[in-house]
Amino acid sequence: MADTDVGAQPASMGLRKVKKQKVLLMGKSGSGKSSMRSIIFSNYLARDTRRLGATIDIDLSHVKFLGNLTLNLWDCGGQEAFMDNYLSQQRAHVFSNVGVLIYVFDIESRDSERDLFTYGNIVSALFQYSREAKIFVLIHKMDLIQPHLREPLFDERVALIRRKTLDAFNLVRKQPGNSDVASGGVTEADVEPQAFATSIWDQSLYKAWSSIIHDLIPNLSIIEHQLATLGAAIEAEEILLFERTSFLVVSKWTAPSAAAENPFGDRFERLSNVLKAWKHTCSKYTGTPRNSEQFSDFEYKAGANFSVFVTKFTTNTYIQVVLPPGEARFNAAKLNVGIARSWFKFLDGPSAPVGSGSGPAGE
Amino acid sequence: MENRQRQQKQDGSKAQEPATNPQGKGKPRLLLMGQRRSGKSSISSVVFHKLPPNETLYLESTARIQKDSLNSFMDFQVWDFPGQIDIFDNPNFAFDMDAIFGEVGALIWVIDAQDDYLEAVAKLNSTILHLQRSYPHIIIEVFIHKVDGLSDDYKLDIQRDVTIRIQDELSDQGLENASISFHLTSIYNHSIFEAFSKVIQKLIPRLGQLEAMLTSLCRTCRFDKAYLFDVNTKIYIATDSSPEDVASYEICSDYVDVIIDFTEVYGSWERGPGRRERLEQAPWPKKLDDQIGCDLAESGMVLSDAQRPIMLREVDRFLALVAIMKEGSYDKIPLINLNVDEVVKGLTEFFEITKHRETRLGGKDDPGEGQLAIGS
Repeated sequence: MADTDVGAQPASMGLRKVKKQKVLLMGKSGSGKSSMRSIIFSNYLARDTRRLGATIDIDLSHVKFLGNLTLNLWDCGGQEAFMDNYLSQQRAHVFSNVGVLIYVFDIESRDSERDLFTYGNIVSALFQYSREAKIFVLIHKMDLIQPHLREPLFDERVALIRRKTLDAFNLVRKQPGNSDVASGGVTEADVEPQAFATSIWDQSLYKAWSSIIHDLIPNLSIIEHQLATLGAAIEAEEILLFERTSFLVVSKWTAPSAAAENPFGDRFERLSNVLKAWKHTCSKYTGTPRNSEQFSDFEYKAGANFSVFVTKFTTNTYIQVVLPPGEARFNAAKLNVGIARSWFKFLDGPSAPVGSGSGPAGE
Repeated sequence: MENRQRQQKQDGSKAQEPATNPQGKGKPRLLLMGQRRSGKSSISSVVFHKLPPNETLYLESTARIQKDSLNSFMDFQVWDFPGQIDIFDNPNFAFDMDAIFGEVGALIWVIDAQDDYLEAVAKLNSTILHLQRSYPHIIIEVFIHKVDGLSDDYKLDIQRDVTIRIQDELSDQGLENASISFHLTSIYNHSIFEAFSKVIQKLIPRLGQLEAMLTSLCRTCRFDKAYLFDVNTKIYIATDSSPEDVASYEICSDYVDVIIDFTEVYGSWERGPGRRERLEQAPWPKKLDDQIGCDLAESGMVLSDAQRPIMLREVDRFLALVAIMKEGSYDKIPLINLNVDEVVKGLTEFFEITKHRETRLGGKDDPGEGQLAIGS
């Protein structure tokens, strides 16, 4: 039995630990934090989020992402009383050991001055306790803005937020007793927040969360390396690896010869969105729960143009393979992907019993 | 002419044809009418221009007649009328009724169910009266619109109320025979597409034959349900004879969406030069056209529960056949593919024949109006 995970050898030592990441989700009350969380991780439809009530205090959830990454998601209620509380009594509790801060701004907010002020306080606290945390800023509810106004408005807000972040950073650095911030090697460039314009009604949400998740995935380089090996072996044009429930793109590989060709730069979040919408349709049709697995296999051969298949890969992932046309090529690739499963066993995490579950072992 | 009559005699589906399309001419026209702000432009944008429903909020009010032509297996024209203009009683400008209604296939009257609809119903009644006198062949379809958010009971109450009001008025005027159908619709779900499907099906010559083909395919291949979709609009133009089932339509229509997205992302652009040569080398040194199994798009999807597969096959540029198979028939795919091939061939022939016949007759019967249709 032991020889079944031979393929996962390169990193099997480091793979046995579950990595935990503390993720803070903050922003003003009603800005849409819980809505986006429900859509990404609990498979809500955008319109179902209307049913969600206000979050009281902190809503803690553990999201298992792949086998060896657990996100401790702190969904922090945004009413002012709570915010004050986070910044005073619970300051150390909330802001220490943070891996990622996701701060959500409501683009329609009437009092953006005040939002920015609160944001300044929050990042100050963050710099004080977890100076290496990454900051993501989501300018949310973009759908409420007319399309041609979106970009200028976004740029304007982001410039303000950048400035505020740097101010807060410099202030914390100057404070006596916090001089270790400077000595920790964290510079202004490191605290630069990454900003995204999002809306729960389109794929922009997947783009933002994909990049948030991307930085947290352990063993990413191994995944990327093995995807590239697989891709080259089966002569694919592109391979995407999706997480099973959220359908966020975990990793992607595009054939070097075709790298710059596809004009759809947004295709990854778009396909996440498409497949997730499809999952909903299936769940409605079959009457199975939203979070369960909905389809096991999808293939599409577009004549002499291209072929693609999406199939269940490891327990926690789906794989999408885009191929040049050709019946023989397609079938060979499908078999080879089945064989390659054992290379990716490590994605199912340390607790996955060896030899159980997905697919045949590669012999 | 003789030829045509003979053909009609042989055809089982002829009964419905004279009622819907008496001239048998090329471009049937769909007219969208109703009170202002009832949702006409939103409907045509969502169905024919793929606008996301939540973006219809930003549509401007329509000031003049908006004409769209829809190129598909049949060429349709969709005319969107501004709600504030009463075309039968306009002091400033007399509309040319013949130009508007002479060629109409169907009139779609949109009623806002979330608003007070009495005035809309009164207007519809007077429109029907006008039309019945001069253009009795027009089919009238009433869309009771914006029903999302209303409870099921309430929806049916409204539908009953509207139906009774209109039929009472008509029978008072002695017009019980006018063909009017009612649909509950919303742009936020599939109901608008389903309603359009039913409207368009009434305009298709020899629908019965199409349905017979699909029914026999379903029987041979053990399909649960088969649809012939117009890919651009997701309207289904025919289905087999098994009972209607909203859930099957929804999943098939969403499947078409998935295929459209994949096609756009990976198939709508040119690959770099030399690709074909590269692919025709080892390990598969054959002409690319011989490497592929089928030059039309084909696709399959296996759902996790009960292993019920769904299949899709492109018929031509506009149409796709989508079918839900019975459990466990995935193993028989090669056999099914053979049968589907045959049906696709049959469908292609069918459309060639009907298209041919339409244009020929259109030119012969009334060349003047034929030209008008092309020019407008």
